[in-house]
Amino acid sequence: MDIRLKLTGARRGAKVPESKITAASPIEPLPLPEKVIIPMQQHIGAENAPLASRGAEVLTGQKIGESEKFISAPVHATLSGEISGGSVVINPPTGELTKTLAITSDGADKWVELAKAKDPKSLSVKKIIEMVKEAGIVGMGGAAFPTHVKLQPPKDKKIDSVILNGCECEPFVTADHRIMLEYGEQVLSGLNIIRKALAPQNVYIGIEDNKEDAIEHLEELISKSDFARDFKIVPLKSKYPTGAEKTLIEVILGREVPIGGLPMDVGVVVQNVGTAKAIHDTIFEGKPLVERVVTVTGAVKQPKNLLVRIGTPLRNLIEYCGGMEEGANEIILGGPMMGIAHFDLDFPVTKGTSCVLVRESVPVKEQECISCGRCLQVCPMRLMPTLLTKYAKTGRYDACEEAYVNNCVECGSCAYACPARIPIVQYIKVAKKELVKRKATK
Amino acid sequence: MTEEEATPKEEAAAEEAPKEEAPAEAEAEAISEAEALRQRFLISAAPHLKSWYSTSKIMYLVVAALLFPTAAAVYFFGFYALTVCAVAIVSAVATEWAVKKIRGRPFIMDGSAVLTGLLLALVLPPTLPLWMVAIGSVFSIAIVKEAFGGLGFNIFNPALGGRAFLMACWLAETTTWVAPMGFSWDAVTTATPLGLSFVPPPDTGMLYGNLFLGNIGGSLGETSVLAILIGGGILLAVGIISWHIPVTYIGTVALLTFIWPGQDPLFHVMAGGVMLGAFFMATDYVTSPITIKGKIIFGIGCGLVTVIVRILGGMPEGVCFSILLMNALTPLIDRYTMTKPLGLKSLKKASSEG
Repeated sequence: MDIRLKLTGARRGAKVPESKITAASPIEPLPLPEKVIIPMQQHIGAENAPLASRGAEVLTGQKIGESEKFISAPVHATLSGEISGGSVVINPPTGELTKTLAITSDGADKWVELAKAKDPKSLSVKKIIEMVKEAGIVGMGGAAFPTHVKLQPPKDKKIDSVILNGCECEPFVTADHRIMLEYGEQVLSGLNIIRKALAPQNVYIGIEDNKEDAIEHLEELISKSDFARDFKIVPLKSKYPTGAEKTLIEVILGREVPIGGLPMDVGVVVQNVGTAKAIHDTIFEGKPLVERVVTVTGAVKQPKNLLVRIGTPLRNLIEYCGGMEEGANEIILGGPMMGIAHFDLDFPVTKGTSCVLVRESVPVKEQECISCGRCLQVCPMRLMPTLLTKYAKTGRYDACEEAYVNNCVECGSCAYACPARIPIVQYIKVAKKELVKRKATK
Repeated sequence: MTEEEATPKEEAAAEEAPKEEAPAEAEAEAISEAEALRQRFLISAAPHLKSWYSTSKIMYLVVAALLFPTAAAVYFFGFYALTVCAVAIVSAVATEWAVKKIRGRPFIMDGSAVLTGLLLALVLPPTLPLWMVAIGSVFSIAIVKEAFGGLGFNIFNPALGGRAFLMACWLAETTTWVAPMGFSWDAVTTATPLGLSFVPPPDTGMLYGNLFLGNIGGSLGETSVLAILIGGGILLAVGIISWHIPVTYIGTVALLTFIWPGQDPLFHVMAGGVMLGAFFMATDYVTSPITIKGKIIFGIGCGLVTVIVRILGGMPEGVCFSILLMNALTPLIDRYTMTKPLGLKSLKKASSEG
């Protein structure tokens, strides 16, 4: 049977410029920093409590933050050295404040004893999930949802399909692309572990067709491997936001995740390629999640793909890439469509940071909506962004809810297409927050 | 250029905060590096990319597409066409500026007033006194557009509103048509093809030819089907308008007059304002439905009303009123043609299964 699955048909989304200038740059390890800052919460879910205090000596890979709650992921020291202090930063995926621990390096990078699986081939599902949780693995595409939660769906949800997300539809970002090219074996092996945990009938690998080299490379690896023969690669037309979970499920399987529901409601689990690699590293090498691939791009002198210890300040990444170009005035964590702007160069790389985009930003002025309908044409969730904006502007949040504001995935296609430059996503985020607040006070 | 004029709220906010905190002595060294960074970097909301299209670019592209019908108008009606267009555009922009000034709102040269002025000129008879043209422009902008809140809030198409107002005030002048005369001031009164006193040429081929090229009496921009098709084709090609309204509008007119005994569909489609209306008036973003389903309903409604007015009504032409009527129905159409979000189907299925 053919490894490639062919798909046809048009779909919604915005045609955004790809700007993947680092697609051909191999991943370089960033020299270890002198200091890392480890936020206690880098995921969606409960915050971890620190396990070490000021002055304590820690080893690389040692767990330094943990929570009792189910939806959480522990954090680990990413350097060996001394806990030199702590402060508070914003957790990018949630926008909430979280405590941090700073580690000053002793320069030795001494690791804890790595507890790899003795016989990875015959691991029990329970053991896999336990190891993934202990390693602090989260969704590495940016949402940073704890992976062990996705690997153990409730009993009544039968998972028949697993989709590995290698779309990377955000412009500029090439981290997943390089991971597929340089760590293809690990990605497939990690995907195989995911399959063991969930026992689906079908395993798909969705990759946008602007990464033909990655498609061919994985195809070759699959045809040579002994375990991955039934993995199906699905080349997808490059159109933002293919990599959005619900869009990807719709495109590959033709299934609609119910409003307010999760992929597991339609029998699907989606995992990012970086996550699959992290799972491999944990099971086969015993490594917790202490480093990740970050694309540093845009208005820096030498854009690169870097292998970075989590907690490394952005300053180190940008300096290693030759510094910023003249006129650069904005730093974005993540891609340009969904990434979050940041002003602090001491802010650390977190588990969900796929990209550091430096750019020259020209502020735009919001104008009145002219009802052109472009936002409707591009919305992957088939919402009416202009209507949601009108309601949100006038404080009619109940009307927003009735118009399914919570179905919005905040991909930004609408605001990208808007000729009146209305920050639609911002209005929608405000409406969602207000609705949550109202529910809480009720 | 206008849409990117820098008045960044975020930047202003980011700059103000540290200034307030700074000590009164304000030594340069006292400002820490972090504060300097806060001043240096912008915080803007995602998405950080914007598409090429902006409101003013869209407006000027429509104006550019309208240059084809305008060129045809100038070719057939010479000085008259030039003066009417110039007066309409200048008075529209001047009115917009004045109203914004009175309302205390910023005047943005976004091209929408230029477009309204030009559109109004193209639906007026060539020999309409210029002071009437100016009054039409003032009414279009001040009453039909700005009184409702300006661009984006108007219910009716401003140019057609202005034309309807002029017809209500000066019926005789607004329905006096002249034969094409080129660059000459000698205007000879004639009837439009839709008028009762119109005498068709003995050869129908010649009639169709005149209608297609525009060598016939009528409003400035409505006469040449060829020029409108070129302009409309450009708008379709660059994605400014979608096919839904023009196709359903023209299709409905053709179909109805085809089944209506004694009517000639080809004649009805090419004569009068159907073409200009379908491509440039009914497709106005603000006053037409936003969903595809709504656009189709809108186009069919326009076609229906146009044919009924033409054949059964007291006026020879119904395009202007058909579009204004459907403009009024647009909010209602929008309400009943809302999109069904992704996941609604499976949500309903799940809840019906228990």
